[in-house]
Amino acid sequence: MKQLFVFIRKEFYHVFRDRRTLLILFGLPLVQILLFGYALTSEVKNIALVVTNASNDVLGQQLTNQLQASAFFKVQEQQLSPTEIERAFKKGHIKAALIIPSGFGSDFIKARHATLQVLTDGSEPNISKTVLQYVTAIVQDFQRAQQPATSVAFTITPELRMLYNEEGNGSINYVPGVLALILMIVCTALTSVAVVREKETGTMEILLVSPFKPVMVLVAKAIPFLILSLVNFAFILLLAVYILNVPIAGSLFLLFMITLLFIATSLSFGLLISNATNSQQVALLISMMGLMLPTIIFTGFIFPLENMPLPFQWISNLVPAKWYYAAVKSVMLKGLGFAYVWKEMGILCVMTILLLTITVNRFKIRFT
Amino acid sequence: MKRNNVYTHPDAVSADTPIIADRISKSYNKGTVPALSDVSLEVKKGELFGLIGPDGAGKTTLFRILTTLLLADSGQARVSGYDVVQNFKQIRRTVGYMPGKFSLYQDLTVQENLTFFATLFGTSVAAHYELIKDIYEQIKPFSDRRAGKLSGGMKQKLALCCALIHKPEVLFLDEPTTGVDVVSRREFWEMLQQLKQQGITILVSTPYMEEAVRCDRIALIQNGRILQVDTPARIAGAFPVKLYAAKAASIYGLLKDLRAWNQVESCYAFGEWLHVTLRQDTGNGTALIREYAETRAHKQVIIQCIAPTIEDRFIQLATSNALPNGSGH
Amino acid sequence: MDPVINHQPPSPATAETAIECRELTKKFGDFIAVDRISFRVQRCEIFGFLGANGAGKTTAMRMLCGLSYPSSGHATVAGFDVYRQQEKIKQHIGYMSQKFSLYDDLTPLENIKFFGGVYGVAEKEIRERSHDLVRSLGLDREANKLVGGLPLGWKQKLAFAVALFHRPRIVFLDEPTGGVDPVTRRQFWDMIYEAAEKGVTIFVTTHYMDESEYCNRVTIMVDGKIEALDTPANLKHRFACDNMDEVFYRLARTARRSDS
Repeated sequence: MKQLFVFIRKEFYHVFRDRRTLLILFGLPLVQILLFGYALTSEVKNIALVVTNASNDVLGQQLTNQLQASAFFKVQEQQLSPTEIERAFKKGHIKAALIIPSGFGSDFIKARHATLQVLTDGSEPNISKTVLQYVTAIVQDFQRAQQPATSVAFTITPELRMLYNEEGNGSINYVPGVLALILMIVCTALTSVAVVREKETGTMEILLVSPFKPVMVLVAKAIPFLILSLVNFAFILLLAVYILNVPIAGSLFLLFMITLLFIATSLSFGLLISNATNSQQVALLISMMGLMLPTIIFTGFIFPLENMPLPFQWISNLVPAKWYYAAVKSVMLKGLGFAYVWKEMGILCVMTILLLTITVNRFKIRFT
Repeated sequence: MKRNNVYTHPDAVSADTPIIADRISKSYNKGTVPALSDVSLEVKKGELFGLIGPDGAGKTTLFRILTTLLLADSGQARVSGYDVVQNFKQIRRTVGYMPGKFSLYQDLTVQENLTFFATLFGTSVAAHYELIKDIYEQIKPFSDRRAGKLSGGMKQKLALCCALIHKPEVLFLDEPTTGVDVVSRREFWEMLQQLKQQGITILVSTPYMEEAVRCDRIALIQNGRILQVDTPARIAGAFPVKLYAAKAASIYGLLKDLRAWNQVESCYAFGEWLHVTLRQDTGNGTALIREYAETRAHKQVIIQCIAPTIEDRFIQLATSNALPNGSGH
Repeated sequence: MDPVINHQPPSPATAETAIECRELTKKFGDFIAVDRISFRVQRCEIFGFLGANGAGKTTAMRMLCGLSYPSSGHATVAGFDVYRQQEKIKQHIGYMSQKFSLYDDLTPLENIKFFGGVYGVAEKEIRERSHDLVRSLGLDREANKLVGGLPLGWKQKLAFAVALFHRPRIVFLDEPTGGVDPVTRRQFWDMIYEAAEKGVTIFVTTHYMDESEYCNRVTIMVDGKIEALDTPANLKHRFACDNMDEVFYRLARTARRSDS
């Protein structure tokens, strides 16, 4: 046991003496959280919106004022011709345009039916979609304020996001995603590189020609990264709660258990990669291409899985991060209990056992 | 592995022959790249045994087989009486091994490296300090320096300390002097002499022929084959014909002329001299060569009959074995 | 007698200068890697450059190859200034090291064509000469196999031939024979002699002290300074040693920056 302790201590020396590893460990979560939290959220603020009001009536002006009052838009009131609007889009001066036709107010009151035209920049579909949603919502509000009795339509927002994120806090979804991504990088990439480095420097030969049990090398490599991952987990949660104001709705203990399980899966993956490779570069490449990319693509936190072709959806089932992401979302954001995540946890458990079995069985105590 | 108790107790032969390799063969890439063919050698207890050969001769492969890191395709080997396949765990406990590169943790200090390896082998730095004392004291002033910041010679000493920390019975040193300068190389061989005094059996490999004389016995190895095993003196003495050293004002001119002469069997540069053997040596080679050199207008011609070195023997064996020079083809 | 056969370094009075250093110095911060070295290498000379690890050999060689700027001092290589004409220098020298010489995943022919192309040898000339070169090295059958599969000795011989392909005036060889077997090492030196005879200046470092005897003159660097510069015979005479190994040991033993 003393051997194991000394080995683990050595691993910590390696980590704390290598600036790049430290940067990945602690710089990356910070950057990712901030990046996803602020810069890349689907929440939009201060969208440049031009309002071309041809109505010249009270209602038209009221609607414009309401849009102006919203933090989402930076409204410019200008009378522009269709070609001028197009030019403004092309130059990127505006992201959206609202055209209030002449007779808007009278149509609304007399015919009980008025039309508005909303133009958005389709080259940025995410923003486009959001702008449409916001404008629709504001128009609905406006309509309701005018005629409280007729408010029937559009009271239910179809997006799950809106349901669990009423404040429109877009960063909330990214927290579980960033968690999955960071844990994957730390556990898989760093662990595999740490083992392979011993092969590259030739120290693996000495380790093997020693009384130390070869498989214990894997254990000794995994434990430090397990600990570091948990530190990371705590770090990301703190960032999420105190900087992004994302509350933890469910049980912290359950969240911890799910994370521990996911760390185990990722560590097993890392060790498996280290078995199969002899150079740090290759290990890193496999970790990045083979695991990071699928984590980003198939987890569902950037690209919605429901919209993917079926084969892709099947593949996504093989990505551990998908199950972790789903479970964390349930517990952390929806506040659900074990009964709702046992399936995900079970899948991660099976994956871990499978990976570990392969790794231990294929661990080479010799060269070939 | 406890299934084979026969091997767990060293027998009488093994007791004074800690390293036995018997007809070891090994090839890589599914048999397409031969590395060792039919290699046999025995190292006696307390011997300093040198494996002498160029890169690619198969030295590292043999070391890895003997240190249980690699399985041979055929043949058997025993270290300290233990079979390298069945009793690999016992061997891993009893041998010291220094792989080709100085395998240290560059980001750990001298002290940390030493402590780590001591603990790994289930011992402490203090336990066998006597053994490494002389070597370690030379690097002690730098004990808080990271291994990566040490010079080549100091790395070499640290690596040796790490390999000795558990007082191994047998020490395997794979090319410990490669890439290290002449001064450190000499010091290293002196350290090995001292270790020998302590009764440790040492198998060391090197590509430098001139280091062979520092060993008790050596094996010359080329293209995976052992050319000869014997004491350095006897190997040099086994040179089958008379060897002449020749020099003249223009050494390269003389080399070309001698090679063009049909009487000459071989002629190659050797330091400031040319080493020459004749096809049919009737005993008056010195005069014969001088005469020829002078007819070719060479000046300041000196010809001597000399005692061959191990390198001469190696060249002679390597070329007469009908192997293309330096290749496995 | 064929004058070509009698390879002698030209006498200093008449010789062209291939490399000249005066007080050449390289500092890294407070550390003086190369300390005011001065020497002159004549055309066709085989010039051995020895020193313990850390003595400053590599740093000096880098400056001469136009890979780094000196901190002070003067040097010309093939008549070009190391400060102002680095590109010219690179065109007129060849370089080969033990560590990197050829691409393992290309064939000998592809390597020759690549390096010939890099040095601006005309396409037609490459085509004509590359096959001859492969043949003269005895690599006909290996011409279309990958270099990675060749024995080390052959690789090094090929690498040397590649370094000479663009007909440089000077070749720099950094430990060209490390780990190579004794027979191939000697064949390698035959190639060096042949190149010198054809007018190429050879600047070579080696760890094999017997090889330093094959050089016309040898310098020994200790702690960044040149401690000795003479013919092997004169050096042995001056230090009363039997061989260069002893000479080197005597000089390098006192080094503070050596390996030990």
